[in-house]
Amino acid sequence: MPLQVAGEILAIKKVGAYQAVTVIAPGIPELTRPGHFLAVQVGGPESSMLLRRAFAIYDVKERGVYGGTVEFVFAVHGKGTAWLASRRPQDKLDVVGPLGKPFRLPKTAVNVTLVGGGYGSAPLLPLARALRERGCRVDVVLGAGSADRLFGFLDAKRMADSIAVTTDDGSIGTRGRVSDVLPGVLDKSHADVVYACGPMPMLRAVADLAAERGIPSQVAVEESMACGIGVCMTCVLPVVGDDGLTRMVRSCVEGPVFLGDRVRWDDVGSVPSDAVGAPTTGGRP
Amino acid sequence: MTDMTTRLAGVEFANPVFTASGCAAAGKELDQFFDITLLGGVVTKSIMNAPRSGRATPRMAETPSGMLNSIGLQGPGIASFLEHDLAWLQARGARAVVSIAGGSVEDYATLAKELRGHPAVSMIEVNISCPNVEDRGQVFACDARASSGVVQAVRQNTAVGTPVFAKLSPDVTDITAIARACVDAGADGLSVINTLLGMVIDTTTMRPALAGITGGLSGPAIRPVAVRCVYQVHAALPHVPILGMGGIRTGLDALEFVLAGASAVSVGTTVFGDPGAPLRILDELEQALAERGIERLSDAVGLAHRPPVERVPEDPDPVGDEPVAAMSDSPDDSPSDSPFEDAFEETP
Repeated sequence: MPLQVAGEILAIKKVGAYQAVTVIAPGIPELTRPGHFLAVQVGGPESSMLLRRAFAIYDVKERGVYGGTVEFVFAVHGKGTAWLASRRPQDKLDVVGPLGKPFRLPKTAVNVTLVGGGYGSAPLLPLARALRERGCRVDVVLGAGSADRLFGFLDAKRMADSIAVTTDDGSIGTRGRVSDVLPGVLDKSHADVVYACGPMPMLRAVADLAAERGIPSQVAVEESMACGIGVCMTCVLPVVGDDGLTRMVRSCVEGPVFLGDRVRWDDVGSVPSDAVGAPTTGGRP
Repeated sequence: MTDMTTRLAGVEFANPVFTASGCAAAGKELDQFFDITLLGGVVTKSIMNAPRSGRATPRMAETPSGMLNSIGLQGPGIASFLEHDLAWLQARGARAVVSIAGGSVEDYATLAKELRGHPAVSMIEVNISCPNVEDRGQVFACDARASSGVVQAVRQNTAVGTPVFAKLSPDVTDITAIARACVDAGADGLSVINTLLGMVIDTTTMRPALAGITGGLSGPAIRPVAVRCVYQVHAALPHVPILGMGGIRTGLDALEFVLAGASAVSVGTTVFGDPGAPLRILDELEQALAERGIERLSDAVGLAHRPPVERVPEDPDPVGDEPVAAMSDSPDDSPSDSPFEDAFEETP
């Protein structure tokens, strides 16, 4: 059950091209699992920006000197994130969380591969820790546009059995995309499960590569959302349910983590004609 | 203690703060943040007869102090709504105002029949801002005759004692004409207002930001439009109860609607940014009334329509009243010289 907390910023720091914010938000850390996200109010109480910004939770501390804290990572994309980047310690920040369905963890010690794109690696790092605690073999693939957009390399290096890095410009690691190196990693590590978080095209590539090998994948999607709590119906995407039917489901409450082979990747952004309740041909305007 | 109870067409609600249709689903999600039974009522997302997928994405664009949405009435259909959503609201003990939407008069009539006499339905809100498939997709709410056809069908198929409110669109030339048509057709009250039609173009892609091209504008950006509409409708139909909505973010915003003539208010878009807002707004409204010495909410309804109370300064010269009268610019008492009426005169 999520909480709405009038939090306070404990720390904000630049990490490459990104910003990492730690917020004192008592109650939220205890409820958080890897893959959960936060919805953050931006612009202050009189803000003209009404909608929350959603960010995957990176790190939590249940007990600190100041009480429980949550940390998330973001890139400045627009006015809301620019405002967030200009916050300083002791500034107030209203946060709602933890939100969404987290990653499901394997019951036994299996081999897992984690694939992160850009700051999409943020929720994978606590996941790696949880998997290591279960005795899993953890292999990590990180990709980004350039070296400054690679997040969590040192964390991953410390925890992972192996790490592979790709950048579009070749400024670090292999030049190219994670999908270029992922087949080799999956084969070498005898992966049983793949987890991924990052941009949609990357998630699709990872889900497809895993599916080709018969490996189940869990992907945390990134859809634009207005509320994050399941009431606005803006963050929908077509997903196949257990009954085999496709529905437009809310990524904020039914996701953000979905099984990779259940997402109708070709149809993301549209309503497939066989989706439940889809408009019939020649039907209503 | 301020008496916050309100009556909408004979039905009493514990207080005047409701959720807004399409901004609270069917209450379950918001109940995680506050006890929804403490609200006057929960207005559910408009339900249609059949399950509906809604439109493609992007469905949303943030705008200054507002947002555009183009959801396309995604929903599970009336059967699933009755079985799951309304059953949940009933078990939870919340007051449900069920919003219904259709593409034809027949659709609305069928929905009303499905809901008829359901013990959990306190009120019906008719979303008439839907395209009429039988009239080239013309929106019902933009035409007096189409609006009254829908309202009449719903009223005829709804139990006596369950108020039927028609939700008006501001995108009309004269909202009072549509309001009157709805009331003449049997509406017990009016919900004022629905979203305004708007559009955003993404300057990077140089294409419309929404998949649906246009969308409904909501949030504080539309509040002055909504207050104006409530004021005009209340002036035209002073005995018709109004559920007011449009960009309410604080208790003082809610008070504006009450003063304009609303007997209750819906909190909508604000919930997206502040899920706890409805209960906060209720507290703030209660406090605002108390601060103004108003003991009953009902005493504040439509107060803005009455002439301001003269605050006569203590007369320094108790001998005669002539000097006060002499201050008046006009020797006679013609109504056009009242600053109140001048400022608010309506076009006939």
